[in-house]
Amino acid sequence: MSEALTFNYKIDGDDFTRAGEASSSVKNKLKQLGLDSDIIRKVAIAMYEGEINMVIHADGGSITVTVSDSDITMVLADHGPGIPDIEKAMQEGYSTARPEVRSLGFGAGMGLPNMKKYTDEMHIDTVIGQGTTITMKVHI
Amino acid sequence: MTIREMQEVLDARFLYGEELADLDVQFVFSADMMSDVLAYGSKCSVLITGLCNPQVVRTAEMLDIVCIIFVRGKMPDENMLALAVGKGIAVLATDHYMFTTCGMLYEHGLRGGA
Repeated sequence: MSEALTFNYKIDGDDFTRAGEASSSVKNKLKQLGLDSDIIRKVAIAMYEGEINMVIHADGGSITVTVSDSDITMVLADHGPGIPDIEKAMQEGYSTARPEVRSLGFGAGMGLPNMKKYTDEMHIDTVIGQGTTITMKVHI
Repeated sequence: MTIREMQEVLDARFLYGEELADLDVQFVFSADMMSDVLAYGSKCSVLITGLCNPQVVRTAEMLDIVCIIFVRGKMPDENMLALAVGKGIAVLATDHYMFTTCGMLYEHGLRGGA
C-alpha cells in the first residue's frame, strides 16, 4: 500500500444503540487489509471509546481514519461543550457522564485514559463552547 | 475449557454461535461496566456480564472476545444477537448470578486475565 487510505464517518449524537458502528466498520476494513490483529484491536478500542464519548458528551461529530504504510491516524472532531480541564479528564475514574450513561455501562472515567493507553500518540485540542478534536495514532 | 463445556457447567442456553462451541478459552473478564471491560479485559476471550444492551456486543467485538455469557437470566433481544452475526462471537445465557457463574468457571480452571 503506497497511497494512504482514508475513511470518513459521521457519528449520530442521539442514538446510543448505534454507537460503535463506525469503529466496527473500521475494524472490518483493517482486517481486510490484513493488518496485525493486536494493532487492529488497539485501533478498535481507542476509536470505540472516542465514538462513545462523542455520543455521550458532544451530540455526535465526525471521525476520519487514515491508513498509511507506517501508521493509522484517527481524527475525532465534535462541536460539543469542550473539555474544561484536560488533566482531570485524563485521570482514571474521573467522569462527568450523566447517571443514565452509567446505567448503560459507560461513564466510569476510563475513556480518555484508555484512548491514550491503546495508542502510540494522542493529542487533544479543545475550546470551551466550540468543541474538541482528538488525534490518535497507532504505529504499524 | 471449551465454550460447550462452559455451557454445560453453567446450565446455560446457547443463543448464538453454536458453531463456535469447540473453541478453547482460558481467560475471563466479568463486569457490568463496559468502560471497565475495555480498560482491563483486553487479554480475555470470555465476557461475563449482567448488562444487557447492544454495547455489550460492540465491546466484545472490539476486544476480540469470542463468548459473552449473560447472567442473572438476562436475555439479549434479536437486535443485540444480530450484532454478533459474522463477528465470531458465541452468546450464552444462564440464570446463575455473576459471582456463582465466575466461581463455577474458576473451579473448572478458567482464570482472570490479570
